[in-house]
Amino acid sequence: MTLALQQDGTATRKAKRSNLSSARLRAAWLFLAPMMIALAAVAGWPLLRTIWLGFTDANLTDLSQSQFIGFENYLSYYDGEAYGVLVDAEWWNAVWNTLWFSVISVGFETLFGLLIALILNAEFKGRGLVRAAVLIPWAIPTIVSAKMWGWMLHDQFGVINEILLSVGILSEPIAWTADPSTAMWAVIMVDVWKTTPFMALLTLAALQMLPGDIYEAARVDGINPIRVFFKVTLPLIRPAIIVAVIFRSLDALRVFDLIYVLTSSSTSTMSMSVYARQQLVDFQEVGYGSAAATLLFIVIALLTTITVVAGGLKSGEGEQS
Amino acid sequence: MNRQMKSILFYSLVVVVVIFSVFPFYYAIVTSFRSGQELFNPSVFPTSFTMGNYFSIFKEQPFGLNILNSVIVATSVVVLSLIIAVTASYALARIHFRGRGLLLMTILSVSMFPQVAILSGMYELIRSMGLYNSLPGLIIPNTVLTLPFTVWVLTTFMKELPKELEEAAVVDGASPLTIVRRIFLPLMWPAMVTTGLLAFIGAWNEFLFALTFTLSNEVRTVPVAIALMSGATEYELPWGNIMAASVLVTVPIVVLVLVFQRKIVAGLTAGAVKG
Repeated sequence: MTLALQQDGTATRKAKRSNLSSARLRAAWLFLAPMMIALAAVAGWPLLRTIWLGFTDANLTDLSQSQFIGFENYLSYYDGEAYGVLVDAEWWNAVWNTLWFSVISVGFETLFGLLIALILNAEFKGRGLVRAAVLIPWAIPTIVSAKMWGWMLHDQFGVINEILLSVGILSEPIAWTADPSTAMWAVIMVDVWKTTPFMALLTLAALQMLPGDIYEAARVDGINPIRVFFKVTLPLIRPAIIVAVIFRSLDALRVFDLIYVLTSSSTSTMSMSVYARQQLVDFQEVGYGSAAATLLFIVIALLTTITVVAGGLKSGEGEQS
Repeated sequence: MNRQMKSILFYSLVVVVVIFSVFPFYYAIVTSFRSGQELFNPSVFPTSFTMGNYFSIFKEQPFGLNILNSVIVATSVVVLSLIIAVTASYALARIHFRGRGLLLMTILSVSMFPQVAILSGMYELIRSMGLYNSLPGLIIPNTVLTLPFTVWVLTTFMKELPKELEEAAVVDGASPLTIVRRIFLPLMWPAMVTTGLLAFIGAWNEFLFALTFTLSNEVRTVPVAIALMSGATEYELPWGNIMAASVLVTVPIVVLVLVFQRKIVAGLTAGAVKG
């Protein structure tokens, strides 16, 4: 009897709870609806249209006058000659430039970011001021930093040539952003300058979460600080650094502003984004440009999926151990 | 002695880092006060002090209007994103439902995908709505940048709040909307200020859409106006004006970032590391 009553009680409580949770579920979807509609409208729909336009011969002057042409923008043959993005040397040059830019600049940013994070993690006079100074490049808009460096790297009146000439490192001024052999390095340098603070801040946040007693123990045991760094610090902050590297790499692969402003459409620095926009807007070839943009999207989507899957597996392993 | 050497080495490294970080901005300020022939004097130190460039950017171009455009676009896009994001992030952080992980991953990927991939689709959309070359035509594409970011960061912040906060309210039968409004909103203000600030900086710096979806100087935002500033001839760029404009729009951002330093670091780490 009492048992039955009790069961009855739990049943109603359960019913009440499931009512409550189903109300919460409904509320959840209601709460998510505006965001999902907004994202579908400003991201999903335009993306689908871009992919579609990549299969048409659309022109910027009148987008409504476009015809489906299948994969012709990607690859097609006329009289035994291959045409399309996939056989365009300039496209592959852009792919190569983008990969080169991403690997080199993210590499340097990680290295310098780690160095600056280690400096800021040490106790010294004026640390607050140094941190503020380091943060400045991050706060400066990309276009502004491109213009500032463009002026400093100016071939005739640039301060960098002036300094290097007066010290004797250079014997004659260099057109840093125009010369094909230095243009990419100029772009990389500005990017490293601009985004190292981001890396430094994320690395510093990871460093500050490390337990202090490990270092105390290592110090008491008289272990070489360099050894401690490689054996203790680096493995502990590695997950945070990997996440930061992924974020920065995905950001670097879509680089547009910096290259467009610093070196405009020079082939030696042209990235995939710059190439796609040039086709779309400057040459008005919306179909062809959309095909290139779709390829860029596929590259980034693949890399994102791989990292997310790999990251998911990694964190699963972490939970197990 | 060894210790002294170490400390000297350390401080010289600090000095190099600081100079490398600050010098370009310092030099832009120095240049912005040079005009005429003085501009071609590549001295590192201030040599002249004239306000000419600062006056001419407002006289020769509609730079005041450009600033106003940027303020309007960035503010509307941030306010819009925050309003949509605050309820969405409550659902994502506090309610367990199927497909939540997938939705979060989708949101993260949208914030990571290349803007150029939606350029032609967005152009078509803006054109068909008759918004080409107008400020609403810039606000719409900018939400792609700010909305996923705001949702992601607010969700991370919201997850950190203790569970007990809403338990009592749930038991008392308060509706989810009441819970958001009465319990979370008051607690989320600091996080919303941080997120809003970061989103504002993002929208303020946006270049690709602003460059592609505008035609006349009167609707351009600051980054496009600075990038396209031209001189009397094609080969002669008005560096003095460009530097004055750059300094003018960067100083407020730098001040904001330095004032909100700690909050920004918290927001950035919430956006990346804890993801």
